[in-house]
Amino acid sequence: MSAAIKWFWFASPQTFFPLAGTIARACWLGSALLAAAGLYVGFFVAPTDAQQGEAYRVIFIHVPAAWMSMFLYVLMAFWAALGLAFNTRLSGMMASALAPTGALFTFIALWTGALWGRPTWGAYWVWDARLTSELILLFLYLGFMALQAAIDDPRRADRAGALLAIVGVVNVPIIYYSVQWWNTLHQGASVSLMRSPSMASTMLSGMLLMALAFWLYSIAAALTRVRCIIRERE
Amino acid sequence: MIAAARCIVARDLLLALRRRSDVATALLFFVIVASLFPLGVGAEPNLLRAIAPGVIWVAALLSSMLSLGRLFAADHADGTLEQMLLGAAPVGIVAAAKVLAHWLVSGLPLVAIAPLIALQYDLPAPLYGTLVLSLLLGTPVLSLIGAVGAALTLGLRGGGVLLSLLVLPLYVPVLIFGAGSVDMAAAGLSPQGQLQLLAAMLVASAAFAPWAIAAALRISTE
Repeated sequence: MSAAIKWFWFASPQTFFPLAGTIARACWLGSALLAAAGLYVGFFVAPTDAQQGEAYRVIFIHVPAAWMSMFLYVLMAFWAALGLAFNTRLSGMMASALAPTGALFTFIALWTGALWGRPTWGAYWVWDARLTSELILLFLYLGFMALQAAIDDPRRADRAGALLAIVGVVNVPIIYYSVQWWNTLHQGASVSLMRSPSMASTMLSGMLLMALAFWLYSIAAALTRVRCIIRERE
Repeated sequence: MIAAARCIVARDLLLALRRRSDVATALLFFVIVASLFPLGVGAEPNLLRAIAPGVIWVAALLSSMLSLGRLFAADHADGTLEQMLLGAAPVGIVAAAKVLAHWLVSGLPLVAIAPLIALQYDLPAPLYGTLVLSLLLGTPVLSLIGAVGAALTLGLRGGGVLLSLLVLPLYVPVLIFGAGSVDMAAAGLSPQGQLQLLAAMLVASAAFAPWAIAAALRISTE
């Protein structure tokens, strides 16, 4: 039993508030340092691409942002499910704190993708499978935030949002595969755990540095936002 | 349990029969939206034939979404819904029965009238079967998914617009496979794959959606 009590110790907003502040400060700092390093590697160290020239360098923002956009939705649904299962207030707050950051990364991925597509594909937007499913992911984020904004009672907003996030996360793979089946032009994934990467190692390290920076940024932004929500509600 | 479900279906059908104009409005909306496209894109027969499956499916999507607002609203307003939630029958069964009744009055007429729209778009006659079958499999999925959104937005301000924002992204797979099956048949290939996927979605949503609707109703009425 004692392990369970310790586990839930930080589930109380009051005890979590100072901890969130400490972690958020460390993550802000770490994300700034890693982003500086990642951008340096990306812009000055990584070689120019043989086919795409300098235009490919948007990859250092685009790919990590796309990773984060999908991962944060799953994370949001995880917190939402936890909130419904254990009826903890903090879980719902975490879910609603993650949503704007996730939507931001989805938007960045779409925006940089458009800027990248113009010189390489010759169009800002094409109805390709990944672009379309990323757009639908953005709609899912916006729907989640709109639903929470429309409900005045914060507990009901949390629970309604949680249910929507879970329904959404079940649908995300279905949407992804149906759209992929419908049309495909986007290049396959460049990085995979199963085989050696098809790009120069400096490019890869720049991208991974940026991915880590975005991770820390997401943690920092979500925790800072959750502190605001705690202050507002408690 | 079955008796309770049958009772709810019969009651909702009777209510719809007494207010026939509500049913007619959603159907009319479907016809009007489908009629607007030729006015917008031009009446070139080849173009119309090419866009017909997509237009009919998008019109069906919008029309089905439009009628979702009424699914629980009246029962919520007069307190019947709370009595149903308190009653002995499982809430999932109640939700499934209400969705079934809703589909019978909003989805089924739409399936019946779709060949008429297809006629206007000069869709070749052999494709009618695929179109009707895809709508028959797809529109219940729309009702089931939409009902989750309707239950979540129950009694909220700006519920209608919010509902469309929540539900339309989730409709995407149904639209792709529904319109895709007719396109496939138009290209001379077998639409069986898409139709089976639609049937799979129907089975999966019929199994899971009622419990999600029940949870949403409990959240919205507490």
